[in-house]
Amino acid sequence: MTAASANDIEFRSVTKRYGSVTAVTDINLTVPKGAFVALLGPSGCGKTTCLRMIGGFEQPSEGTVLIDGREMNGVPPYRRAVNMVFQHYALFPHFDVEQNVAYGLKQARPKLASSEISARARQALEMVRLGGFEKRRIHEMSGGQQQRVALARAIVNKPSVLLLDEPLAALDKKLRTAMQIELQTLQRELGITFVLVTHDQEEALSMSDMVCVMNAGRIVQMAKPQDVYDKPADLFVADFVGKTNRIMATVEADGATLRLSNGTALPAGSGLKPGVATVALRPEAIELARQAGRDGGVLAGTVTHRIFLGSTAEYQISVDGLGDFLVTADRRSVQESDLVEPGERVVLTFDPGKVHVFPA
Amino acid sequence: MPLAPDRKRQLTTAALVAPAGLWLFVFLVLPFMAMVVFAFGERAPEGGYQAAFTFAQFANLPSRAAAFWNTLMIAPIGAFLCLIVAYPVAYYLAIKSNPKYRLVLVSLVVVPFWTSLLVRTYAWMYILGSRGIPNLLGMIGIEDVRLLNTPGAVLLGIVYGYLPLMIMPIYVSLEKLDRRLLEASADLGAKPVSTFFGVTLPLSLPGVMTGVALVTILLLGEYLIPQLLGGGKVFFIGNALVDLFLQSRNWPFGSAIAVTLVVVVVIVLSVAMRIAWKVSGSRQVDLV
Repeated sequence: MTAASANDIEFRSVTKRYGSVTAVTDINLTVPKGAFVALLGPSGCGKTTCLRMIGGFEQPSEGTVLIDGREMNGVPPYRRAVNMVFQHYALFPHFDVEQNVAYGLKQARPKLASSEISARARQALEMVRLGGFEKRRIHEMSGGQQQRVALARAIVNKPSVLLLDEPLAALDKKLRTAMQIELQTLQRELGITFVLVTHDQEEALSMSDMVCVMNAGRIVQMAKPQDVYDKPADLFVADFVGKTNRIMATVEADGATLRLSNGTALPAGSGLKPGVATVALRPEAIELARQAGRDGGVLAGTVTHRIFLGSTAEYQISVDGLGDFLVTADRRSVQESDLVEPGERVVLTFDPGKVHVFPA
Repeated sequence: MPLAPDRKRQLTTAALVAPAGLWLFVFLVLPFMAMVVFAFGERAPEGGYQAAFTFAQFANLPSRAAAFWNTLMIAPIGAFLCLIVAYPVAYYLAIKSNPKYRLVLVSLVVVPFWTSLLVRTYAWMYILGSRGIPNLLGMIGIEDVRLLNTPGAVLLGIVYGYLPLMIMPIYVSLEKLDRRLLEASADLGAKPVSTFFGVTLPLSLPGVMTGVALVTILLLGEYLIPQLLGGGKVFFIGNALVDLFLQSRNWPFGSAIAVTLVVVVVIVLSVAMRIAWKVSGSRQVDLV
């Protein structure tokens, strides 16, 4: 027996293969107790496989998964202190709401008194604000309500880790935002570890305190949400999390000057490897002006499309010699009070420090 | 004048239903009505039917009590034995078998239907008859074993003949069972046995009820298997009917028995469906 670990979940060099297909490769991951971790990535990146290995539905082909410091290889799901909210909820259609929630409690050995089972099931339903719905049948509940039943069913056993597999994917946008806040509140109230799997970067960034970006079966970056956004580890992260403009460029021999493919020179940071590189620039890091402004990277172009979003506007701009750029402009940042019209010539300025350089 | 859309839809529906409706009317409703009329009539002196209105045929039913008893006992028992054998097979096919070979395995269940049941039941006659298994047992010193012409032989034949009809509906209901429900059950701490009794079995009940109903109904009218494997000793209603219509040519009495059987089947079926609804909680019992 290992002493209680500070980490709820640990992956040590975990690889999972299905026949000749490798789903995840050499994953090392540590989830501290009480954390809210999001596994973020495009479909097929291996995030769900990781979640299912924690739940015990899949066994690693190589490496070890530890829960609370104990090796879990070969331990079936029903002997793990983790519970899962399934993607399409997987509620039992032949039970009513309370019976669904009570299902986990009824498995306890020695058996719990039925009065206690009922009391705890009702308490869990109260937590997800479904008091009074105990006797409803599952098909009588809306999508959002089913989601809450699934949550109540998963937390009723007081797991040390709650696994959430794309829990909000089936909800409409408004409900999704409401549930994001509720999940965060619930996690604080319960004080247990949440591991969320999602392909929605907004969901990952808004809810979790640690984002683990995955691509092609590997972890690409594991960091706080704002760091993932502000300091993407590579071009994939920069592209996948938020929107980004890619520019082909060359780092000059001095390692401090960046020459964009249209010839514009920029002062880059220092210590860059000379050679071909890709530059990533966030749409909101660019300022638009109708005439040449201050120093720094200056590019000129023509507005081709404008999408008005209320407080901001998105512009597609054909930059001379560099192709299409996406620029998000706060309305105040446009120097003239009016919106820039398609067809107008504009100047793009940005702080060279906000440019991310990735060697090719 | 063009027809109103509603009227047009009604006509289309009627046209689509008509062939099946006509079929049912000519080959089910009319014969059944004829049978009811016959049942209240009298046997003509030379055999067949003679118009009358009498309850004498129904009063005579107790003389075939043994046939009713055998049928009403062996049909449910046979269906139950079928279920016991079929469920594990269906479970294996739907859940445990390798999906790559599933289609082949499922087709194997249906393959026996390519040969007539008559031929296959004859085969059992030889296997169970004195030159079959009893002969082999005799060689190792176990003498005078009697297998053919026993209730056991009839049950064996029934389970053998009707097994595919029981496997298929159960297989279908298990096949469409959402596997995530099984994972959810395990996730919530249920051991495999608890998952089976808590989730798998209740959710496959519609298939079980369909299979039991199907096999029971068909068994109530069974004639061939008791005839060949029961050797007249295990006498079913079906055998009684053949006897009455073809041998003694007592059509009215045969009709009375047949009408009674239909009434019994309808009652048994509706009660069974009512129970199935209650247990599975669903409003429908699918007949696939």
